[in-house]
Amino acid sequence: MVLEKLGSSLYEALRKVIRAPAVDRELVKNLIRDFQRALLQADVNVKLVLELSERIEKRALEEKLPPGVSRREHLIKVVYEELTRLVGERPVPPRIDPSRRNVWMLVGIQGSGKTTTAAKLARYLQKRGFKPALICADTFRPGAYAQLRQLAESINVPFYGEEGSKDPIGIAKRGLERFKNVDVVIIDTSGRHKEEKSLMEEMKRLSEAINPDEIILVLDGTIGQQAAAQAEAFNRATKIGSIFIAKLDGSARGGGALSSVAATGAPIKFIGTGEGPEDIEPFDPPRFVGSLLGMGDIEGLVRKVREAEIQATEKDVKAFLSGRFTLMDMYQQLESVRKMGSLRKILSMLPGLGYSLPKEEFEVAEKKIDRWRAIIQSMTVEERMNPKILNASRIRRIARGSGTEEAEVRELIKQFNTMKKMFKSLRGRRRLFGKLPFKVRGLRG
Amino acid sequence: MFSRLREGLRGFVERISKVELTEKNLEPILWDLQLHLIGSDVAVSVAEKLCEDLGRRLRGASLGRFEDRRAFVRGVLKEVIEEILTPRERIDLLELAREKRRSGEPLTVVFIGINGTGKTTTIAKVARLLLDHGYSVVLACSDTYRAGAMEQLEEHARRLGVRMIRHQYGADPAAVGFDAVKYATARGVEAVLIDTAGRMQTDRNLMEELSKIRRVVDPDLTILIVDALTGNDAVEQAEMFDRVVGFDAIILTKVDADEKGGVSLSVAYTTGKPIIYVGTGQEYGDLEPFDPRWFVERILSGT
Ligand SMILES: Nc1nc2c(ncn2[C@@H]2O[C@H](COP(=O)(O)OP(=O)(O)OP(=O)(O)O)[C@@H](O)[C@H]2O)c(=O)[nH]1
Ligand SMILES: Nc1nc2c(ncn2[C@@H]2O[C@H](COP(=O)(O)OP(=O)(O)OP(=O)(O)O)[C@@H](O)[C@H]2O)c(=O)[nH]1
Ligand SMILES: [Mg+2]
Ligand SMILES: [Mg+2]
Repeated sequence: MVLEKLGSSLYEALRKVIRAPAVDRELVKNLIRDFQRALLQADVNVKLVLELSERIEKRALEEKLPPGVSRREHLIKVVYEELTRLVGERPVPPRIDPSRRNVWMLVGIQGSGKTTTAAKLARYLQKRGFKPALICADTFRPGAYAQLRQLAESINVPFYGEEGSKDPIGIAKRGLERFKNVDVVIIDTSGRHKEEKSLMEEMKRLSEAINPDEIILVLDGTIGQQAAAQAEAFNRATKIGSIFIAKLDGSARGGGALSSVAATGAPIKFIGTGEGPEDIEPFDPPRFVGSLLGMGDIEGLVRKVREAEIQATEKDVKAFLSGRFTLMDMYQQLESVRKMGSLRKILSMLPGLGYSLPKEEFEVAEKKIDRWRAIIQSMTVEERMNPKILNASRIRRIARGSGTEEAEVRELIKQFNTMKKMFKSLRGRRRLFGKLPFKVRGLRG
Repeated sequence: MFSRLREGLRGFVERISKVELTEKNLEPILWDLQLHLIGSDVAVSVAEKLCEDLGRRLRGASLGRFEDRRAFVRGVLKEVIEEILTPRERIDLLELAREKRRSGEPLTVVFIGINGTGKTTTIAKVARLLLDHGYSVVLACSDTYRAGAMEQLEEHARRLGVRMIRHQYGADPAAVGFDAVKYATARGVEAVLIDTAGRMQTDRNLMEELSKIRRVVDPDLTILIVDALTGNDAVEQAEMFDRVVGFDAIILTKVDADEKGGVSLSVAYTTGKPIIYVGTGQEYGDLEPFDPRWFVERILSGT
């Protein structure tokens, strides 16, 4: 799909950069173009993308590489940093003063998800021991009252609204009068957009009348280039305190919402991931940035890989080096690789490894790992500790037991012996083991 | 409306008319145009194709005086955009209604799309349009899922003075549609407009539910409702709804909030299906026929 294509075009560009003898301006430019494409495809505002890429280009060409860091890692890091500078590095928790009643007001474009979000926020607070209440101040949309009332009933949260009324300010005031002893009152309002001047004016008056602690802009995750201008208009009319991105459960990447952070200065606090009241998640900036770039969970992946490296190096390497490398160790290595997920994903995060392998070969390697695990599983403990005893009849038994071919069992044994020899010859050269958890070229057989 | 797109195209024609159409000259100008299209919410993939296409037709063309070149460039641009917007099949809702009236069967229309795009509101607008043209209408609430969905459509039905067929929340949406068609056939009601719940195009089960509604009702027309504020996801939506459920025509909503207009190119390019109306506000009268030629003239005016 699109994401796949995007991923591999970035990958191609990165490969060129790594292979180049020097940091070529042209290469970096090409790479930047690919990042631009990724961001534009995720709906990040064009102007913002151009500004960002200028800064990224400058840093990529001028900053020195820290020792042990590859060009690719550095570039990803720079892009990552530039983006997190915008969306923040850590989640921003909701602000609630527990000593008094807090008032939140939801605003946004028609159909963005305000009413649904009101119920989600109430449910979120309720689950954390707060007492929320809901007010419907949408006097415009047919069925708005029934919608929020039904949602409130379904999660058992007190609700106030006046069916048929045309006076949002009056409703909000009377509702607030009613809900004196709750922690957070959430007020739902009608949808509107920047071109509807009188509706924007109405929102402003409502906000002035009730003076909410926080105004939350609910944005549709599928919104495109209009996001920034719309968010700006809302922010001008009523100061936006935070942003909620709804509908991120589809295929949209939410770059429009990112652009509205830049336009308003307000942080994203939550995202919506479904239609139900439970479908709310605190906003996780690194994950979001990863998906903007079509690179999945960047931070998580890096962390995982690092952990895996430590696991392999610290404890095992000493043992391996002293010659105590058995098939059991090899099995554990294979296990840990598979547990981390797709080999390609993992290796593409490791500096210097994996770039030269096309996708198909990763799949072959992954299949091979699985078959080798099965082979080792079919061995007795004795065989695993002392592979020298593996004779023809044992090999036949193991092949049958694991559903593989005898040739494969032989190949595994050969690979094992090569690895063992390699560990011995590497004695003392510990640094090279940064490249564990597994030796890819060996897997190509 | 669409002013941004217009400005971008004008700038493009202006610049490109002044240079020799060599590879070296074309590239930066086409790149800028591409960015401009993307900035107007043309999906990245569609903007790329469009510029590629333009480049191919412009490259190497040797031209004379400035005015000729300008006319040439404008002509090529117009051609490329018109090609995108010209559907494989033309669809006219009112014409279809006339045909159905002659055949004595009700016109059946199903409205589909992702959450919150404006399906329910658009149904009310289309009902108004049909009523104004003298057709009798019944609404069917096949959104048995979303809170307040029935009350919303019911209120529209009340305001329009038409009947709405409903079951309980949680009921089978296809059964509601089926009942509505049965009702219309028995009473001689001329049009059945079926509202469905919004759903993400990535949700397999819910998409299958729509296919079922289509199988059971066998509608004359299925209309995809797309929010004009949508970015690149519009392509994804159009493609998936087309492939998994199938539809005949598109209505773009909320174009009153949008002065960019690129989504029309994205969805038309992706599916080859006609955009038949655009929603221009929240009132019943805010539904305008979409004419590709009018649209092209509008975005190319001044070039
Ligand atoms: N899939 C998905 N659907 C959502 C999400 N949030 C809201 N929706 C759906 O989006 C549609 C519109 O949501 P509403 O809450 O009615 O939107 P609104 O902003 O209150 O709309 P108006 O009041 O008309 O402006 C409904 O079908 C919701 O169920 C989400 O995070 N994921
Ligand atoms: N400004 C403007 N608002 C519109 C237009 N069309 C629909 N809306 C508004 O968009 C919001 C959502 O419209 P609905 O008709 O409820 O959308 P829907 O697709 O039926 O939503 P779900 O059934 O929840 O998926 C409502 O507030 C409508 O008034 C339009 O053309 N312009
Ligand atoms: Mg609402
Ligand atoms: Mg609806």
